[in-house]
Amino acid sequence: MSYDLSQFYPVFFAEAAEHLDAMESLLLGLNHQAPDAEDLNAVFRTAHSIKGAAGTFGFTDMAELTHILEGLLDRVRKGELGLSDPLVDACLQARDVLHKQLATHRDGAPSDPDAASVIADRLAAFSISLQAPQLASTSASVSAGLVLEFYLPGSVPDQALLAEKLCRELSDFGNTHVLSSPSVEGQLWRIHIESCEDAEGAVGVVEFLAHDVHAITDESGTIAQQGGARKIQEESAFGLFEPEPAHADNEVESAYGLFSENMPTPNADSGDDSYGFFSALPPIAETITPPANKRLAANVDTTIRVGVDKVDLIINQVGELVITHAMLQQIASALDPVTFERLHNGLAQLERNSRDLQASIMTMRMVPISMAFSRFPRVVRDLSVKLGKQVELKISGESTELDRGLIERIIDPLTHLIRNGLDHGIESPVQRRAKGKSEVGLITLKAYQLSGTVVVEVGDDGAGLDRARILTKARERGMQVHDAMSDQAVWALIFEAGFSTADVVTDVSGRGVGMDVVKRNITALGGRIDIESMVGIGTRMTVRLPLTLAIVDGMSVAVGGESYIIPLGYVLESLQPDDAMVKRMGGVERLIQIRETYVPLIVLHELFGVRNALTDFSQGIIVLLEVDGRRAAVFVDALLGQHQVVIKSLETNYRKVFGIAAATIMGDGRVAFVLDAVALVSKANAAVQAAA
Amino acid sequence: MTKTVLAIDDSASIRQMVSFTLKSAGYEVLEAVDGQDGLEKAKSHQIGLVLTDQNMPRMDGLTLIRTLRTLPQYKTTPLLMLTTESSDDMKQQGRAAGATGWLVKPFDPQKLLEVVKKVIG
Repeated sequence: MSYDLSQFYPVFFAEAAEHLDAMESLLLGLNHQAPDAEDLNAVFRTAHSIKGAAGTFGFTDMAELTHILEGLLDRVRKGELGLSDPLVDACLQARDVLHKQLATHRDGAPSDPDAASVIADRLAAFSISLQAPQLASTSASVSAGLVLEFYLPGSVPDQALLAEKLCRELSDFGNTHVLSSPSVEGQLWRIHIESCEDAEGAVGVVEFLAHDVHAITDESGTIAQQGGARKIQEESAFGLFEPEPAHADNEVESAYGLFSENMPTPNADSGDDSYGFFSALPPIAETITPPANKRLAANVDTTIRVGVDKVDLIINQVGELVITHAMLQQIASALDPVTFERLHNGLAQLERNSRDLQASIMTMRMVPISMAFSRFPRVVRDLSVKLGKQVELKISGESTELDRGLIERIIDPLTHLIRNGLDHGIESPVQRRAKGKSEVGLITLKAYQLSGTVVVEVGDDGAGLDRARILTKARERGMQVHDAMSDQAVWALIFEAGFSTADVVTDVSGRGVGMDVVKRNITALGGRIDIESMVGIGTRMTVRLPLTLAIVDGMSVAVGGESYIIPLGYVLESLQPDDAMVKRMGGVERLIQIRETYVPLIVLHELFGVRNALTDFSQGIIVLLEVDGRRAAVFVDALLGQHQVVIKSLETNYRKVFGIAAATIMGDGRVAFVLDAVALVSKANAAVQAAA
Repeated sequence: MTKTVLAIDDSASIRQMVSFTLKSAGYEVLEAVDGQDGLEKAKSHQIGLVLTDQNMPRMDGLTLIRTLRTLPQYKTTPLLMLTTESSDDMKQQGRAAGATGWLVKPFDPQKLLEVVKKVIG
């Protein structure tokens, strides 16, 4: 029977990614002076677990790197090696390489074997520096060192184990280090013996097992070690041919074994030592258990992994159910409520049930925002080191839940805000001391739910925005500004394209592309961003996001025989115009005067070519939209009502259409389009500007 | 009578592999996520063979084996350690704890089945 291990890969990938994330946050949280023993164990275990599973499923690159990392972490947890910034850095770097290796296996991303060997060398260097005092103490009586190069026979299944045994054997001749341990059989092994006096004897030992043995004398007695170097402990020096008597024959091939004191030659039949038994096995017949509970308790795991596509499918199907219900409701409304009382009651109950079902399914897509936040300690750490600033990151509200699709898309904007706060907000330690502030700057990241929205605040206790400088810069850019502008209006300038006030353009915050992109991305998610800032006190960016992208609160409007949905978040007001309010500009573009201001007017039936729509403005309705502070008015026939609609992507099922963000199905079963308010408002404003 | 194997490993992928392999060979398999979970399941079920990882949160494999051996119903039950360390030291510790034997990680499904068959048939 053969087994297809690839069926377990998805679980391994998810599990390894989790371990890598845990490894990162544990490493970042370690107190270097007095590390918590349990934390050290936990971080060791992450490497250990990945190694075990990676080895099992044949991801040897990951198994090799985690093996080295595990060895180092093992020494740290045993107190043999002290924690230091460079060591944690190296571990973090190794974690990143593992992450890339994982991506290579999972997504077919390009692999980078060089990165793995570089970090392996870097990790190995810590083992060497650990040994440095030992080398120094013996260097007084150093005689020539010896490097042995050889090949191991391909028939040996576990070459590493054999080499380890060899090292133990060789340790009789001096301290040994493995210089190169090939992962592929048939490649060159190199072992270094310090101050070896009996070169011939050592070669003899190796020749017994290996072939093509070369001995190279190293006059210094010490030798630079290469990647993966590992010192074999002297006290474990066992003779290769005098292992434990019980399983002498197979020690070399030990991958399993059955120990038994009562069995004289326990493994004689297996010829294999990768498993073992410590005691005589009871006769198999006796282990047959009396009829036990056939119904085994379910696994206590309280979570299951389900693909997002499956959840989305259910969401869609529940959406259909809600629509079907609405259809039944509409048919039933024509029936006499007294005669069909039971039908009406049943339908009311069905409505409650399907709404509840929809709400519970939606929560399945909700994940804690910690999924996004967890990467920021690393971002702050790396960046503060780079900028020579001392910064503490305070995170709160990481259990706040948000739609999964949103989480993925707010990571970049938030990263940018944090980088900005660190780069431009937080002052250097010297400046901070001069201002009487603590040298350690503070970045706060806070999430909470507020009336159907999720609010994320990114704050810093740095210098605050410089009003005068922003205004100067804006004038240089030819923007329309004046000194009497409110602070809010001034701060909003930094979201304009190409605006950057940093004195020095750094590679951290980039070249002023950024804040405008941040704002655009957040707006595209149906969110908004606000700034509060005080000179010398700090800056706070507040991002407000909808809970989910899958359902939107919309206002349905009629145009001709069609219905359209306008996302409620963009609707300011609606009003009945009269013809006098509408002006033409440049012959084509229309403006409508709403109280003191003129806003561009979008006539929906013209835009979408809908027939039989109202053409007389005084007969229809104007809906005023605002996106990013810019406004536009939409002319429609009538308002129909407010609905929560289930979003169905038009792009996935058809193609992108300008002015349409998505589609949905109405209660009567008809399809309605959801207007892309962002695109409509920005195009209308651009067109008017062009005409003027 | 099918015998129940209790597979204890904090790695979900390894658990799934062990479970799948043994189930396809006709064994009943119960999974546990760490030593503590394994101990609770061992107490509440009739187990024919325990396969336990060594390094796990909450309770490690050696502690679990030691604890199981103090229970009357686990005096003679085969207890196998799955370990990434094949050192003699680890074997000695396993022997002292009361393990029946060991199986070195990484292992493949065939090897696992071979060992399990050897122990419980």
